[in-house]
Amino acid sequence: MAYIANTPEDVRAMLDAVGLDSLDQLFDMVPPEYRLDRPLRIPPALTEFDLTREVGDLLARNEGADRRACFLGAGSYDHFIPAVVDALASRGEFYTAYTPYQPEASQGTLQAVFEYQTLVAQLTGMDVSNASLYDGGSAVTEAVLMALATNRRTGRIVVAGSVHPEYRRILRTYLEHLGPEVVVVPAVGGVVDAKALTAAITPDTAAVVLQQPNFFGGLEDVDALAAAAHAQGASAIVSVDPISLGLLKRPDAYGADVVTAEGQALGNPMSFGGPYLGMLACKAEYLRKLPGRIVGQTTDRNGKRCWVLTLQTREQHIRREKATSNICTNQGLLALRASIYLAAMGPRGLRQAAELSTRKAHYAADALGRAGLPLAFPGPFFKEFTVKCPKDPAAVLKKVGEAGFHGGVALGRWHPEMADHILITVTEKRTKDEIDGLADAYKRALGTV
Amino acid sequence: MYKLDLQPLLFEASRPGRSTAVLPPSDVPDAPLTDLIPAPFLQDAPAPLPELSELDVVRHYTNLSSLNMSIDGNFYPLGSCTMKYNPKRNERLASLPGLGAQHPYQDESTLQGLLAILYGLQQDLAEIAGLDAVSLQPAAGAQGELAALFVAAAYFRDTEPGRRRTQVLIPDSAHGTNPASAHLAGFETVTVKSDSRGLVDLDDFKAKLSDDVAVFMITNPNTVGLFDPQIGEIARLLHDRGALLYLDGANMNAILGVVRPGDMGADLMHYNPHKTFSGPHGGGGPGAGPIAVRAKLAPYLPAPIVGRRDDGTYFLDDDRPRSIGRVRAFFGNTGVLFRAYCYIRSQGPEGLKRIAQHAVLNANYLLSLVKDVYPVPCGPRCMHEFVASCRSLAKDRGIRAMDVGKRLIDYNFHAPTVYFPLIVSEALMIEPTETESRETLEAFAAALIAIAAEDAESLHDAPFTTPVSRLDEVKAAKTPVLRWAP
Repeated sequence: MAYIANTPEDVRAMLDAVGLDSLDQLFDMVPPEYRLDRPLRIPPALTEFDLTREVGDLLARNEGADRRACFLGAGSYDHFIPAVVDALASRGEFYTAYTPYQPEASQGTLQAVFEYQTLVAQLTGMDVSNASLYDGGSAVTEAVLMALATNRRTGRIVVAGSVHPEYRRILRTYLEHLGPEVVVVPAVGGVVDAKALTAAITPDTAAVVLQQPNFFGGLEDVDALAAAAHAQGASAIVSVDPISLGLLKRPDAYGADVVTAEGQALGNPMSFGGPYLGMLACKAEYLRKLPGRIVGQTTDRNGKRCWVLTLQTREQHIRREKATSNICTNQGLLALRASIYLAAMGPRGLRQAAELSTRKAHYAADALGRAGLPLAFPGPFFKEFTVKCPKDPAAVLKKVGEAGFHGGVALGRWHPEMADHILITVTEKRTKDEIDGLADAYKRALGTV
Repeated sequence: MYKLDLQPLLFEASRPGRSTAVLPPSDVPDAPLTDLIPAPFLQDAPAPLPELSELDVVRHYTNLSSLNMSIDGNFYPLGSCTMKYNPKRNERLASLPGLGAQHPYQDESTLQGLLAILYGLQQDLAEIAGLDAVSLQPAAGAQGELAALFVAAAYFRDTEPGRRRTQVLIPDSAHGTNPASAHLAGFETVTVKSDSRGLVDLDDFKAKLSDDVAVFMITNPNTVGLFDPQIGEIARLLHDRGALLYLDGANMNAILGVVRPGDMGADLMHYNPHKTFSGPHGGGGPGAGPIAVRAKLAPYLPAPIVGRRDDGTYFLDDDRPRSIGRVRAFFGNTGVLFRAYCYIRSQGPEGLKRIAQHAVLNANYLLSLVKDVYPVPCGPRCMHEFVASCRSLAKDRGIRAMDVGKRLIDYNFHAPTVYFPLIVSEALMIEPTETESRETLEAFAAALIAIAAEDAESLHDAPFTTPVSRLDEVKAAKTPVLRWAP
């Protein structure tokens, strides 16, 4: 029996101790009319050997970034993961533990979370970070809820149309039931329309939501946009790419009040979109409304420095319906991986990843321009950029795929007005040869489609 | 083992100039960086991250890990969390590039193996629930609750235009996430009392059931470890009023293959695959929170859902106009869902039922071993877990649940969940799971009984063998230090 230790002798002795005759009697609290009188209709059991072969075969059918050079991004990135991340995070002492409710027996996890919070604060320039949220998308919504509660304004949330469309969709799903009006200000020329954004911010606006670099890859004039938010007393919430913080201005330097991020790029596999890492850091004044777990430093009875879950009166298991959020289980193991990644890369390694991505992305933009896919927007970009495709993107991407590339993300599915636009992403993992090959594949595809 | 001394922080171990070389030099033509990105967008100085050698990093985290109790090292009977063995075979499969290297926006033709797995999981979860449709999207149980309540709200908006059901009923024994989720979904929460047996107080339920009620959220088996046999009647009363029954699937481990939520009247539910289906808890996640619903609610599920065409190919169905939308950016917590699939495939129908049988057997056996010293107010029997009380130990000898929990750590056992559920005073919520052996249960019971006979004064200082002694939690909350600073 897989993973069950009880032998038939054990079962008899244990049933005797309980005073029962059979395993079925254990369920006599369950009225017979509800009990299932047949076996579940699911596939039969597999041994470890058969499972490994069968599931391994299914996985081998997928053609991911290991088989085709990957130029896909839009919130999920194929960055390099150093071996130490896998080796250390796969220690059973980390991944088979749970939320550190008993701090005396969980100092390893607690210190790692405290270090994660510090690393995130260092990276973003914010005062505090929580221990993690579900993903970069829901982190934006949690940040908005936090701003609504902190600013005691319930009127309006202003969102740049250059924020990831799925992040905006999550916000709509959550806020639909809570009242505040969500105003989306469209992007013009690959960045949000600054004038329209400023005009949309009313005195009852709780927060302005931006993304830097934005969904189209472009860099927003975040200093001016944050100032526009502050002019009306609204919070500036900025969703960032953590790898970009190896190169780009830190969010505190341009006036962000709350910083969210999808932390997947920090040492976590793409894994078809999850589990990912929602990062949330903020200025100190938001602390009391910060959602999720937080680890704090304290001392034990001997005065030794140590760590413990703290400020739990914000949380659902204490405050129930009055909690700042309903989150319980978070993304602990992914936060651990992000910390190990940052510790292994250090300031120079992170800079190198950011700079290599930038250089290669710009090289790729030139190469694709020569291949017939010009940049769609004139502004500066980091590792992602949008091109115009003169022929049907779906057909072109199919050809590029057949040539052995994950060529890009067509934007028409979210932005009908951009039906001829493709978002291209280049990380430090892409070589010059791969980029040249991609440009060549696009060129040939444009010639044949 | 968790006996090493504490480590310095990464930041204290940092030395300027140390690093681990990871990336190669650029292979594309050089250009001044400011030609690529204008200077105003660039940082003046790098983020002040720590600088460490690779061995520094390896030793740091290896030594940190040794400060943790874990399922791999210890019996971990944390009630309500289902801390069962996390199979290594699933970890090895999950580490393959066929999962890890897949981008969420890859063309579907390159994802057929993975989509087949996820489709299979949707089918299996629907069958195990006795419900019709599944969305794998929510990232954790609490997000599953929230998404399901959004589904309920959208359903009522469509089917009952012009009026609004404003209330969600929740038993006082429920997990805190239930009322928190209901509040976040825009509902008013109304608490239903438990009766003296620990079950839903049916009179109180009837008194609070009105046409304003949208959903009743029930955990069955509930948090005191009892199966509430009134569930059929509760479902009937709700359905007569047009309301829905939600089942919090936190305790599915107790009933796999024995009784299905849909068969006892539930209309929607969430699973916790990191509990029931052996996903590792990761020191606090990741989890996943797939939801299953009746057919009439299926159009409202979060999208996308994996579909299967007649030719046997799979696709992501995001064209669902009545869907509530999304609760996270991409498909779901695929890594966790994948492990659940591997686990269900390893068990088969008989294996899943055996899990429930042995989880319940182990809990009842352990209950029988400790009940004379630690009374179980909602006993004498239980499902997969039980809640013992230190009330009389506290009154007679001054030994509190917290003392017992802390002292158990010295015996090399993780503590049970303490002081929850709130309806049992001095609660020790104990869930042994099916993967523990009889000897482990007996050793744990012996430790519990020995502790009850120990000197009370000295127990207030337990544990004695851990890297740190009891922590000053008040200080942590009063003067929060939430990050290292130089």
